[in-house]
Amino acid sequence: MNLVIVDYKAGNVQSVLFALERLGVQATLSSDFETIKAADKVIFPGVGEASSAMAQLRARNLDKLLPTLEQPFFGVCLGMQLLCEHSEEGDTGMLGIIPLPVKRFQTDLKVPHMGWNQLEKLQSPLFAGIAEGEYAYYVHSFYVPLSAYTIAQTSYPEPFSAALQYKNFYAAQFHPEKSGPAGSQIIKNFLAL
Amino acid sequence: MLTKRIIPCLDIKNGRTVKGVRFENIRDAGDPVELAKWYAEQGADELVFLDITATNEERKTFAELVRDIARHIDIPFTVGGGISAVADVEVLLMAGADKVSVNSTAIRNPQLVEDLACRFGSQCVTLAIDTKYTEATGWKVYARAGTVETEHATVDWARKVVELGAGEILLTSMNNDGTKAGFALDITKAVSEAVSVPVIASGGAGTMQHFADAFQIAHADAALAASLFHFRELDIPDLKRFLKGEGIAVRC
Repeated sequence: MNLVIVDYKAGNVQSVLFALERLGVQATLSSDFETIKAADKVIFPGVGEASSAMAQLRARNLDKLLPTLEQPFFGVCLGMQLLCEHSEEGDTGMLGIIPLPVKRFQTDLKVPHMGWNQLEKLQSPLFAGIAEGEYAYYVHSFYVPLSAYTIAQTSYPEPFSAALQYKNFYAAQFHPEKSGPAGSQIIKNFLAL
Repeated sequence: MLTKRIIPCLDIKNGRTVKGVRFENIRDAGDPVELAKWYAEQGADELVFLDITATNEERKTFAELVRDIARHIDIPFTVGGGISAVADVEVLLMAGADKVSVNSTAIRNPQLVEDLACRFGSQCVTLAIDTKYTEATGWKVYARAGTVETEHATVDWARKVVELGAGEILLTSMNNDGTKAGFALDITKAVSEAVSVPVIASGGAGTMQHFADAFQIAHADAALAASLFHFRELDIPDLKRFLKGEGIAVRC
């Protein structure tokens, strides 16, 4: 399988590469239009701040390419938020692939939402073999509300989208590459789609 | 529900774990990667690695070690020790660390916290505070591995670094550290209530009840210990079962 990781200097690229390595899967790191377009599957990692990530994507013309992709695509953490329409983080226009907003947590609880929290209402082959209530690792201050495209949810304290699917675009707000054996299984499930 | 985190801390010198760790079932307990893998299997929620070496040459070794750790463990980890510039952090994050912990440098140069948060996001900036109480001064922040008293009152300093962009506070009470008499509940609670970001309680853990107190009385979001875990005076699965029985949300 020709698996490509989108390279736009996102912070957790190395962790995603290592997670794949632990599964015995080779991946190519690339920001090249043709290489990404030709991939069987694409993983889109991301940590950091929305507007600077968008600037990095625009600098590589990836803001034009990514919405046109048709192969299975997996956005992780900020990589999920970037697929949406708009983020309250820096009032940033995102890629606009999934017609959803990204909002800041308005809660008395601690922000960032940091640590292990439970995945609920799992409804996708992405979660094959994953039990309801399984724990995943989160670290984020912005979230995508529940929607018709939500395929898993987590509560902090209100439920929000733990994962999304829109056409060929899958996405997770948590970090599967840092979520122990369950996280590895979710990555494996994506590779098996 | 978001769970409370249990965090073993490993001191690293020249790429090896320091202190005679007693592990019968680990081939080489001085190997941080072996130890990290074991803790991940035991159910540790995160790990902290502190580089206690001094020279720049040795720090390069540490970056290689960070890469090796990231390659082998599938839970998040924070690295700290000797971070003085944005470039140091870039190397560690690109090697696969999830967060960095900054301590003395932030006291000398608070601007670094803001620069790191801007560049990499608050979520990967943990601000470590060493604090000590005396009757004359109250709780004060100490710099340089706890050797130098600063003018900062602890709660004020915590508020300030969060305003600058710290995404988490690692609060170590020097009065309690090594005593096994329990965490410093009063200052941990005061800091936790003063800031909007998660707080890790550190220093003084000796029993399972101490962890419960850190979460229930001091409202800490996570609790850190070193020798207690390294010497296997307390095993993480037992600790988590106890906490669960006390009605505390933990991952187990």
